[in-house]
Amino acid sequence: MTDQLTGAGIILKALGEQGVEHIFGYPGGAVLPIYDEIFQQNQIQHILVRHEQGAVHAAEGYARSTGKAGVVLVTSGPGATNAVTGLTDAMMDSIPLVCITGQVPTHLIGNDAFQECDTVGITRPCTKHNYLVKDAADLARIMHEAFYVAQNGRPGPVVVDIPKDVQFANADYEAISNVRHKTYRPQVKGDQQAIREAVDLMANARKPLFYTGGGVINSGPAASQLLRELVQLTGFPVTSTLMGLGAYPASGDAWIGMLGMHGTYEANNAMHDCDVMICIGARFDDRITGRVDAFSPGSTKIHVDIDRSSINKNVHIDLPIVGDCGHVLEDMVRIWKARSARADKEAMAGWWKQIETWRKRDCLKYDKMKDAIMPQYAIERLYQLTRGRDVYITTEVGQHQMWAAQHFGIEEPNRWMTSGGLGTMGYGLPAAVGVQVAHPGSLVIDIAGEASVLMTMQEMSTAVQHRLPIKIFILNNQYMGMVRQWQQLLHGGRYSHSYSEALPDFVKLAEAYGAKGIRVDKPGELDDAIIEMIDSDQPVLFDCRVHKVANCFPMIPSGEAHNNMLMGDEPELQEIFNKGKALV
Amino acid sequence: MSNSKSIFEAPAHPGAKTESHTISVIVDNEPGVLARVIGLFSGRGYNIDSLTVTETEHEAHLSRITVVTQGTPMVIEQIKAQLGRLVPVHEVKDLTLLGDSLERELALVKVIGKGDNRVEALRIGDAFRARVIDATISSFIFELTGKTRKVEQFIALMEPLGLADVARTGIAAIGRGNGTR
Repeated sequence: MTDQLTGAGIILKALGEQGVEHIFGYPGGAVLPIYDEIFQQNQIQHILVRHEQGAVHAAEGYARSTGKAGVVLVTSGPGATNAVTGLTDAMMDSIPLVCITGQVPTHLIGNDAFQECDTVGITRPCTKHNYLVKDAADLARIMHEAFYVAQNGRPGPVVVDIPKDVQFANADYEAISNVRHKTYRPQVKGDQQAIREAVDLMANARKPLFYTGGGVINSGPAASQLLRELVQLTGFPVTSTLMGLGAYPASGDAWIGMLGMHGTYEANNAMHDCDVMICIGARFDDRITGRVDAFSPGSTKIHVDIDRSSINKNVHIDLPIVGDCGHVLEDMVRIWKARSARADKEAMAGWWKQIETWRKRDCLKYDKMKDAIMPQYAIERLYQLTRGRDVYITTEVGQHQMWAAQHFGIEEPNRWMTSGGLGTMGYGLPAAVGVQVAHPGSLVIDIAGEASVLMTMQEMSTAVQHRLPIKIFILNNQYMGMVRQWQQLLHGGRYSHSYSEALPDFVKLAEAYGAKGIRVDKPGELDDAIIEMIDSDQPVLFDCRVHKVANCFPMIPSGEAHNNMLMGDEPELQEIFNKGKALV
Repeated sequence: MSNSKSIFEAPAHPGAKTESHTISVIVDNEPGVLARVIGLFSGRGYNIDSLTVTETEHEAHLSRITVVTQGTPMVIEQIKAQLGRLVPVHEVKDLTLLGDSLERELALVKVIGKGDNRVEALRIGDAFRARVIDATISSFIFELTGKTRKVEQFIALMEPLGLADVARTGIAAIGRGNGTR
């Protein structure tokens, strides 16, 4: 005998059955019944944000750092539209989210009612799936389906739009075990024959390379463990995309750095010259490939991905394997061991020697300055002073994000939260809130730029209210660094609206929020200031004044082949850039 | 070479030719599913040359969407994979690749004319096995079913005879033989 509950009661009960412990949200007229239920229970904690975009980014940080689905609750109309940026971000980076939006009562839908918008229509392209619940009898089933869709196959955001009268109506509750999806059954186990062929190719390779991505992280910690085991068995070099950092440790023997537009010299060259490329959980994004027809021209490409549509999308794949990274890696390890396979020792020695030669270029070196803090130096010191700590890193978007990826080594999966696909400025601060909620005792640092951090600065209030001691490490160079760099290199140095004027005094701003503010502008004072930030039990805005016009290198200019990198010390930069102007 | 500005038209394989494919998609009969499929095509810059949709199985609550689209083989594979991963989609079938399939469309053709033109129109209608479903002293409306080529031929022949209006459906397609859906 199932119980009769109100729609709002059904929602809370379903969330409880799904193991949800935290919701990020902001109230409004259309969700008052749900907020009433939340008030009268203690199982699920609600984190009040200051802007709905902050709620979604916080849920993303929560999801990426735990592997669980993040849950968002926002009201109709502007609440839902404010969430769209975050939903699109989650869609691009494959983050599991369930976003509950309120809606005007069913009889008012389509009437231009107060705070009404076509939420389902607006979020259709930016969610994995969405639902409009017209009948409370469907509500429990839809809630359970939403979680299933968000977390299975390639993860993604799901919106459940619930009209207010449905929240008030009475209906039966359906338990989670009764719900089974009709159509969506993604394939997780890879084709065994294809995997055997892949292992054959790997065993006979002379210049192999693992190219890993966010899919390994999404698959779960076991996938990262299996990757490490496979790398150890084979002895192959490993590179990763921005989203995949941490699957293989940066301190590992086989690590050759991130690849792509701002990747290392050795990683991009290895990608270009390899003869067998094993892509696991990455999607050949344009930031990685550079000019597609010159991408890794001589290699045989193996692609492991749970999403069939990612395979053969922009790069021709020789051996596709559809399946979950973890499952496929497990099979690869088993088959490699069963065959007692060994990589060709001589060939591998020669390949690693070549990689060492590339490494000697020391592509990440930069000139230190006596009187100014170089942004790369600030990140290096932050990295050194947080060694051995239980640390999580989020970032905003821009030069600082690239420098963080280059200079802050990530050792474990789920420790690195960044906006890769959509590149949302303002992601890092609310994401840090979400990470801290999930890991109350840990050190959570948002490496930020001053332009990005102002976009969602209001979430400092959230941090102070819920006692979340996040550390916002602002590399303040008074410019939108990445935009300025492109304007310098491609648009004749015409810095059109890329400077940060009328910046607030970040120390005073922090104190105004009830948080702590620290400022530093001399290299000699940096270490002490960082330690002060880390030791504080409050949220901190750390204003690190850095050299204003540092550029981020290596850089693959748009339209170039990916082994044609600029290292920053070439005399004739201008010619090279003219070709790629039209591409972002 | 296509004029489209979509990145998918840029040949990763130069010399790949554009082909026309008929794709049959079985979906949940729910509000918004058609919008989702159309949104996929428009959002990613794929062409829709023809589209029909209607219920196919009432109890199972299913609809069939039949789309005719164009692209290089790599693009067609992408389209099918993108359709396949939509949550309300049950099945995606490329009827052109499967080979044995039947395609039909229906056209209502209004012809206004007198004297010789009128007689000639009737004669051609007969030859094409079109039915006259409306008649006045100066006009006919023909109903014609057949492959797209036949329909287009008929319309072209009616042009000089007083073609006034045409209403066409899209293509309905189904696999031959006794295979189930």
